[in-house]
Amino acid sequence: MSILLKKHKDISGFIFINVTRLLFLMLILMLAFILIKIIVEGFSVISWEFISSEPKNNMTEGGIFPAIFGTVAVTLLMILFALPLGIFSAIYLNEYAKDSVFTRIIRTAVNNLAGVPSIVFGLFGLGFFILFVGKNLDEVLQTGLLFGQPALIWASSTLAVLVLPIIIVSTLEALNSVPKSHRDASYGLGATKWQTIKNVVLPQARPGILTGTILAISRGAGETAPVLFLGAAFFLPNLPIVDLCFGDYCIPMINPGEQFMYLAYHIFILATQSSNPTKTMPLQYGSTLVLITLTFLLNITAIIFRYRFRKILGRL
Amino acid sequence: MKETKITVKNLNLFYGEKQALADISIDIYSQRVTAFIGPSGCGKSTFLRVINRMNDLIDDVRITGKIQIDGIDIYDKNLDVVNLRKRIGMVFQKSNLFPKTIYENLIFGPRINGIKDRKVLDEIAEKTLIQAALWEEVKDRLDDPALSLSGGQQQRLCIARALAVEPQIILMDEPASALDPISTAKIEELIDELKKNYTIVIVTHNMQQAARVSDYTAFFYLGRLIEYDKTSRIFTNPSNRQTEDYVTGRFG
Ligand SMILES: Nc1ncnc2c1ncn2[C@@H]1O[C@H](COP(=O)(O)OP(=O)(O)OP(=O)(O)O)[C@@H](O)[C@H]1O
Ligand SMILES: [Mg+2]
Repeated sequence: MSILLKKHKDISGFIFINVTRLLFLMLILMLAFILIKIIVEGFSVISWEFISSEPKNNMTEGGIFPAIFGTVAVTLLMILFALPLGIFSAIYLNEYAKDSVFTRIIRTAVNNLAGVPSIVFGLFGLGFFILFVGKNLDEVLQTGLLFGQPALIWASSTLAVLVLPIIIVSTLEALNSVPKSHRDASYGLGATKWQTIKNVVLPQARPGILTGTILAISRGAGETAPVLFLGAAFFLPNLPIVDLCFGDYCIPMINPGEQFMYLAYHIFILATQSSNPTKTMPLQYGSTLVLITLTFLLNITAIIFRYRFRKILGRL
Repeated sequence: MKETKITVKNLNLFYGEKQALADISIDIYSQRVTAFIGPSGCGKSTFLRVINRMNDLIDDVRITGKIQIDGIDIYDKNLDVVNLRKRIGMVFQKSNLFPKTIYENLIFGPRINGIKDRKVLDEIAEKTLIQAALWEEVKDRLDDPALSLSGGQQQRLCIARALAVEPQIILMDEPASALDPISTAKIEELIDELKKNYTIVIVTHNMQQAARVSDYTAFFYLGRLIEYDKTSRIFTNPSNRQTEDYVTGRFG
């Protein structure tokens, strides 16, 4: 029985655990450093003035309102394009499409697309939306140079293409997690396919779909590379707005044909292209903090959804 | 006096290349309980799912032969599967209640049938719960999550949910296999009660249960119907050697 008393020495396990611990600590420290630096430096810059006014004095002073507005506008349009398309594609793929070589290729492609670097999407957007779709529209409609140039709508479309695979993948996962037995129960009670999807599958998949799409959106909102070629402007104090009038009654709408300022791009410009990078330092921190806060808010929303979902499940 | 409810003639079923049911012919009677017994993998569940066409949901299933309910060919091209399934309630081995309230589970079927009137739905809920002998236990907690019920209550709620669409036939696939003896006894009592109005088919691995609840018993082996007769005969004096070995527990 003495073997029971001898403690087992697991040296390689010991080394492995401690190396991972160390690496983890390094990662956390790095992240913490960046975050704290941004918060500390950025916080002193942020004011109502900074949020609500446009850049002044060759972008060395003033606020970032046009960039915030542009980011929100591009993101909103992106959601408008990507969300229905992504969710319906996933529903089709998971619920309606027969399992075939073709659908398998599509699934694999979607999975792989989710990992493609964003600059590639930017080039794709330039080539496809502006040079192909836009230029051809101009030619067919005889509109001169209207569609075939960088514009908000093309930037949103490109970002939509970028987040589409992520939305599809997470929606597929959410749909897949609905047990087959629940579908069987529904069919067994005489429900049609659509009734089953609407009353059983979607309600159970909804929190998962929401979480996934919000995370996808927050990823899209933070991307710089794709909007680079697609209408993000260096400096453009007037907002991409157009008045939509019905008789005398006008409502301001996002103008999808305009160029726009964009937070992530604005930071890049401040840091690399400005006449006086040192002077813009505080502005960079402020803008970064705003951008991080925006994406953070989106992520928090996703987390709350997931948390509530877990709580509901836990209760059941 | 017995009436034939379901008539099956020369049924063959293939999952892809693999044959799961071979040349099955059987008459299932109205207001009787018919038990399907046989070793695991012999095709009992598959056959059950033929009756309400749940196999349609699986890709690559091929069926030949004839299945009639009340003289109507249920694999007829013009038959509406959804209406067929409304006539046939199904209870599965594992309770598959939706993660909704007790009440919402009960009225799921009526609601997809277009019943919206809350009063009518309430009545259906009460009636089916009483039928399923569950009313006393849950009448004060209809808005609780269905999954907060005990396993036995859940299974009886599944039965109540199936009754709510007013089926004529009830198919049960090992409805009590995951339950304790008391819950099982309740389900068996319930089956006894229900057979006055319904045609019931039950798959079970429990020989005593088959003997207790059923009027007729069908023994399946390797996708074939080996013997089908009155339950009393199957258990006391089967004509087939394999049946005898199986019901006496000599193989299985
Ligand atoms: N979806 C399917 N695809 C392919 N083969 C299947 C499928 N479902 C069942 N089978 C096969 O058909 C045969 C019969 O299966 P079935 O589930 O009907 O058996 P069973 O008698 O109900 O068994 P058990 O008592 O274990 O539930 C088995 O060999 C099984 O592997
Ligand atoms: Mg089975």
